[in-house]
Amino acid sequence: MVLEAVPKPVIQPDATGKIINDFAFMVATKNGSGSQTSNNVLVKSLFNMGIPVNGKNLFPSNIKGLPTWYTIRASKDGYTGRRATTEIAVTYNQDTAAEDIANLPAGGVCIIPADWKWGHTREDIVWYEVPVKDIMKKIEVSSDLSKRVENMTYVGVIAFMFHIPLDEIWKALLENFNGKEKPAKLNFEAVKLAYEYAQQNLVKKDPFWFEYDHQTSGKILITGNEAGALGSIFGGVNVVAWYPITPSTSLVDAVLDYQHLRKDPETGKMTMVVVQAEDELSAAGMIIGAGFSGARSMTATSGPGISLMAEFSGLAYYAEIPCVIWDITRMGPSTGLPTRTSQGDLLFTHVLGHGDTRQICLLPANPEEAFEFGWRSFDIADMAQMPVFILSDLDLGMNNWMAEPFQYPDEPIHRGKVLNAEQLEAFIKEHGKWGRYMDVDGDGITYRTLPGTDHAQSAYFARGTGHNDLAAYSERSDDWLKNMHRLHKKLQTVIGFLPKPIVDVDPAKKVGIISFGTNDPAIQEARDMLAKQGVQTNYLRVRSVPLSKDVTDFINSHERIYIPENNFDGQLYQVICLDHPQDLTHIKSLPLGDGLPMTAHWLFNKIMAVENK
Amino acid sequence: MGKSKVNSLGLSREEYKGRPSTLCPGCGHDSISNQIISTAFDMGIDQHRILKMSGIGCSSKTPAYFLGRSHGFNALHGRMPSVVTGALMGNPSMKCVAVSGDGDTGSIGMGQFKHAIRRNIPFVYIIENNGVYGLTKGQFSATADEGQELKYYGRNDLPAIDLALEAIIAGATFVARSFSGDSKQVQSLLQAALRHQGIAVIDIISPCVTFNNDPKSNKSYEYGKENQISLHEIQVVSPGYVEGKEEITLEESAAYDAGEIINVDMHDGTTIRLKKLDREHDPRNRSMAINVLEQSQREQLFITGLIYYEEPRPTLAQLEDVYEGALGTLEENRVRPSQQALADVMAKFK
Repeated sequence: MVLEAVPKPVIQPDATGKIINDFAFMVATKNGSGSQTSNNVLVKSLFNMGIPVNGKNLFPSNIKGLPTWYTIRASKDGYTGRRATTEIAVTYNQDTAAEDIANLPAGGVCIIPADWKWGHTREDIVWYEVPVKDIMKKIEVSSDLSKRVENMTYVGVIAFMFHIPLDEIWKALLENFNGKEKPAKLNFEAVKLAYEYAQQNLVKKDPFWFEYDHQTSGKILITGNEAGALGSIFGGVNVVAWYPITPSTSLVDAVLDYQHLRKDPETGKMTMVVVQAEDELSAAGMIIGAGFSGARSMTATSGPGISLMAEFSGLAYYAEIPCVIWDITRMGPSTGLPTRTSQGDLLFTHVLGHGDTRQICLLPANPEEAFEFGWRSFDIADMAQMPVFILSDLDLGMNNWMAEPFQYPDEPIHRGKVLNAEQLEAFIKEHGKWGRYMDVDGDGITYRTLPGTDHAQSAYFARGTGHNDLAAYSERSDDWLKNMHRLHKKLQTVIGFLPKPIVDVDPAKKVGIISFGTNDPAIQEARDMLAKQGVQTNYLRVRSVPLSKDVTDFINSHERIYIPENNFDGQLYQVICLDHPQDLTHIKSLPLGDGLPMTAHWLFNKIMAVENK
Repeated sequence: MGKSKVNSLGLSREEYKGRPSTLCPGCGHDSISNQIISTAFDMGIDQHRILKMSGIGCSSKTPAYFLGRSHGFNALHGRMPSVVTGALMGNPSMKCVAVSGDGDTGSIGMGQFKHAIRRNIPFVYIIENNGVYGLTKGQFSATADEGQELKYYGRNDLPAIDLALEAIIAGATFVARSFSGDSKQVQSLLQAALRHQGIAVIDIISPCVTFNNDPKSNKSYEYGKENQISLHEIQVVSPGYVEGKEEITLEESAAYDAGEIINVDMHDGTTIRLKKLDREHDPRNRSMAINVLEQSQREQLFITGLIYYEEPRPTLAQLEDVYEGALGTLEENRVRPSQQALADVMAKFK
């Protein structure tokens, strides 16, 4: 890969000379050449063999032609973090092959088209050459499909050389084409011919083997965007408004894929509608209008869209309108790296809107949480009467992750403090009158009515301008401050509705790690690596902001705290500083922000550099 | 109706009012608010079935001053159309009256204006058009006529954007222009617009008494009073109306020659009866509608009335086959798929 400079792994076979289910591939192709099918089939085959596996697509912002890399990591220990370097490289892109080959460790493997007559430019690696053109000549395939099917030749060679049974490949191909035999057969022909070529002509000189395992049984393989879409659908979303933007688009695509689940059983009408807006401003306006009408509403976007939604987010915060906004974060500032992952929108989103605004952010780390936060976010938004942001990222959103099958929502739908006509009547009897922003419960959360409520006193005029308890326009300082104090109180109440941090604490350990989101696999693996070096760590994974008191307790109970995160400025660290005015000199911010999913090695080295002092 | 103290719902006109206006005394917008109040009262509209929406600006403040029993939302500058779209997708059974201004629609909100029309969101889109920004003290708006002069900002050298023309081009099926000083015409158009089952755009010239009311300005009262050319006398005839049984404001059609009266039949059975006044104009003819607007711009004529009408296209909610009620009040089993449905989906990812 020509994306980063990294140290190469040392290849150490076991006593039998083998390395089983614990190595990684890198497949280099040109974007738009159809290699996604080949790579998905490889990942699915290994997954079906019971081998813990991940696949990460490092792709360009381009439809056709620019280089793209796909890494597949098998890990018998179940580690699913990204590996910076791989033992095996499939170099099918002549533009990057030189560097891709140079990056291989000694003892590594290069799978390369024989047609290039590349020659053995390194003697310390194993070469498997594939006569791609000869194989393709034997297949009857139209010229438009030919390039795509070509990529199946490396699947065939991999299957033979590293022992993936052909029937696993066939099964994965069928799954990939939703059971359609015709395209599966066409692709399988190329796999088989390449497999047979390897069988007859290539001699295995490497130590890498796949063997059946049982670690993935019962699990699913899914992207975070699909998980978020399903969560939204099972959360009862009614109005989805959106504007296409990488890498959030596949979330709404998945909503559309499962739209049929939302046909009203009584009337046959749709209880969920998807509207493609003219821009992100309009998408935000639509979900706020829908939230005002009482419907559950959601949009999915990425950083540039969040910037455009700033004004509307402030309106929803101040007028107290529920809605859900997914940010599948990509690398900024500005247009940045549209196809690279990032956690760089946390700080901006948390305070999104001019004036004094604090927004709720949920921080999923895996598909299970993307699904759960997907449905729970609507309950939180309705209960809090404010926007809920879900900050996923490109890594979670667009890559396939192993996950447990999703748990059906374990709570009924919570619609928060909504008064129908009878309840409004009772409210007025009890309190003398009703006002949209009257805090009768003392928790900062007030009662709302929905348009269409048949009661002479149900109406109110929602507005982003200064208002009093009765939602009437007011420029009085005392009204303004009273409202701001109530909103502050509301935020304290709302923390109780939010997902608590995941904490792994042993009071005997003095070093703590705080992080969030998709750094999780790298952190889990790095902790094991650190423990082997005698550095024992505790771990708190933040799952929502505003922060709960658990974070304060964790900070106060450790001698040293590391906050690794995938942005350049250390934004979680800054959010923690905002809420913790006390001395935080025992905290070390470890920001990354290079556009790629964090690796365990990076974190291990960062922490060891301090711990070794 | 109209003369009795209470309407068909037993409510007085007083009960259709909102809070007291905070606009400048004599503002054209206040008279439009009054026409909305009168029209809703006369039609016996159930206020809880109405949404009143707006953007930002003098005009957008007005929903606070009418229909006090309707839910309202004073949203963001130029963004009212998207908020209306969401609100009406979340509850397609609501009717909606929205108020915007020439800055709110013609400048910052032009994109949303056009796209709400394209989607045929069924609401009454009133533009209170005075050619200036009032709240920021009198800058030209994009609807100010070329050559117009203002006290502080001098001469406007840019051509005006005609919002009625923009509406027709974008695909609006009900487009009218009126004058806030012509209460009868405003009310007739509002009555028809409220019955239209698609977006209905009414561009109402509404003088700004503070910043743009010099008699030379063609957005002033005096200019409007002297130069308004009404295309037709308008009467909205409800379905089931019996000739002669109720008061009608238009004289019997039989008294006119053929071609003098145009009956525009609406989707719900209402007829808009148009009596020719100034010139031949059939609002059902799109090129005629475009021509009359272009002519009025070219010759600086203040032509008002129902400019364009066609049978409405399906609304967005109809195209999407959305449940026609408050989606947010449906029982859980109608919006959350079953446990089995989740199990079936999960099986596909194993």
